[in-house]
Amino acid sequence: MPPRVLVIVPAWNEQDSLAATIKDVRTTNPDVDLLVVDDGSRDRTAQVAAENGALVCRLPYNLGVGGAMRAGYRFAIRHGYDVAVQIDADGQHDPAYLPSLLERLDVENGGADLVIGARFAGEGDPYRVSLLRRLAMTLLARTLSRMARTRLTDVTSGFRVANRRAIGVFAAHYPAEYLGDTVESMVIAIRAGCTVTQVPVQMRVRQGGQASQTPLKAALYLARAVVALALALVRRWPDIPPPEFEQEDAS
Amino acid sequence: MKSTVTLGIIGSAVVLIALFELLRRQRLREKYAVIWFFVALGVLAVAIFPGLLSGLADLVGVELPVNLLFFLASLFLLVLTLQHSYELGRLEEKTRTLAEEVGLLRLELDIQRREIEPDETKPD
Repeated sequence: MPPRVLVIVPAWNEQDSLAATIKDVRTTNPDVDLLVVDDGSRDRTAQVAAENGALVCRLPYNLGVGGAMRAGYRFAIRHGYDVAVQIDADGQHDPAYLPSLLERLDVENGGADLVIGARFAGEGDPYRVSLLRRLAMTLLARTLSRMARTRLTDVTSGFRVANRRAIGVFAAHYPAEYLGDTVESMVIAIRAGCTVTQVPVQMRVRQGGQASQTPLKAALYLARAVVALALALVRRWPDIPPPEFEQEDAS
Repeated sequence: MKSTVTLGIIGSAVVLIALFELLRRQRLREKYAVIWFFVALGVLAVAIFPGLLSGLADLVGVELPVNLLFFLASLFLLVLTLQHSYELGRLEEKTRTLAEEVGLLRLELDIQRREIEPDETKPD
């Protein structure tokens, strides 16, 4: 039996790019279910999602990616999905890579519980960042690589695939704070015993335009990244639930 | 001397009356009222018996009793503010959970409705 896959698309004011993203997922992966989490948008995001045949979870106000994703993971658990995928609504994640990410989920055959679609991993890369920002990303990547005991190059990527074990962790703990949805959630997953790996992908140019990058902003990003990482490392997470559905023996 | 006593009594009286009124209108939870009740009592005690403060200042080795008062007062306010930040964070987490649940419930409702509606049109 093929695994039931749910694609979760957190969307905040993405009416212009959402339709194309949904169609993209549908044409490349016709068998997956699609849930758009409308994170308190003020535009027609929810209508666009419904018109394009996606399930729509409308949050009453903006919670941030962390809130949207935790709602998505909870839906995935309650409806018994085997795999949950996060794909951003702005079109930068190419769903054509999804099958290659799903392939790596197979824990028995050297795969992992959480698979990241990562830039800077070899696939020809047009993505340019400033020095400070790159420094921050390197710091995050090195630290998390050490924790996960595997080479990770792009830990802030929002393109990720989770199996039941990781879904269970994320449904209980998915921080809503800055960088919490990417870096901290990965730390939580690793500390809860999930394995992480990555698959090289090429990100597309955002349809909404590139985020502005001044040196000041880059420095701020670095500072916040350090704080977020340090907090993630020292924080205690109460009752990270052990996956009750399956018990795998490591060896 | 006299004026500090009256000021202290007025101050604690204002706090106590405000407390009573807020509790009566159910605008204040007991756990916060208790804190302020003891603050008002403390102010009242120090106002009526200034010897308490100077005695305590002597005991801990503070030369000017009023400095001890300021120190304790600012420390108290700091801790209280911290406590409020903590409560605020807890509330934010709770409202976030509720917001997620509301979104998911609406989605479940949509799904149920979609399942029911085609059946209603079929019998014709």
